[in-house]
Amino acid sequence: MERKTKIHAEKDRQELTITREFDLPVELLWEAHTDAAIIEQWMGNKVLKFEAVPHGGYQFETTDANGNMLFRANGVIHSLIPNRKMVRTFEMENVPFDVQLEYLEFEPLTADTSKLTMQIIYRSVELREQQLKMPFEYGINMAHDRLEKIAPTLK
Amino acid sequence: MNLRRDVFQAIADPTRRAILLLLTVTPSLTAGAIAANFDTARPTVSKHLQILTACELLQSEQNGREMYYQLNAEKMKEIDDFIEPFRQMWDDRFSKLEAIMKQRAKKKHD
Repeated sequence: MERKTKIHAEKDRQELTITREFDLPVELLWEAHTDAAIIEQWMGNKVLKFEAVPHGGYQFETTDANGNMLFRANGVIHSLIPNRKMVRTFEMENVPFDVQLEYLEFEPLTADTSKLTMQIIYRSVELREQQLKMPFEYGINMAHDRLEKIAPTLK
Repeated sequence: MNLRRDVFQAIADPTRRAILLLLTVTPSLTAGAIAANFDTARPTVSKHLQILTACELLQSEQNGREMYYQLNAEKMKEIDDFIEPFRQMWDDRFSKLEAIMKQRAKKKHD
């Protein structure tokens, strides 16, 4: 299986780059990154606000089945050039990770394909490492929730 | 075969992660006892155990008629390279994005 999404993270640096080629015209790739209702579908978070204009703000939130807040993040869109580039900040609320800076570059490859290059800059090397660990811990937590649900049936 | 990559493919699956977690709580379990924790069919759980054993995250030991499974702590340490789960998370998101936009484009054309 070919791996479409690539992560380039050099050791001891405070940045990383995510690249991905899409079987989509660049206009649709751009739309998917600027339309709140669409972002919500693929990011897996509720989008409380997404102002796709220079100096616009955005806010994401994830709640569990009981409405308890699990995750909230926000940022400011610094600048954007339609179908080409978006520069924004990103910060998770209630966690000591500090603000990160994100450069998203959109380029057409053919009329029907495109490429996204996302450069993320963290405040420190340590914060980048912590960020990288999150999905694994998240996965473990999900598994743990599932276990808690089935634990009473353990033989 | 790239074994390192296999370890990460192994933990990309939620059921397999749940199995690993189950074995951190109870250090040694039979295949039947593990399968009893999931709604999934027994052969599916066996397949997961096979994959986890093949990439050495689990060790199995025959005791009488039963096969007991344990975590391989050494191999689990390899997962300390956290980039793969992070990549997997973005890959899942982007694949979803692609599917959603293709669907929308199709609807517009119809």
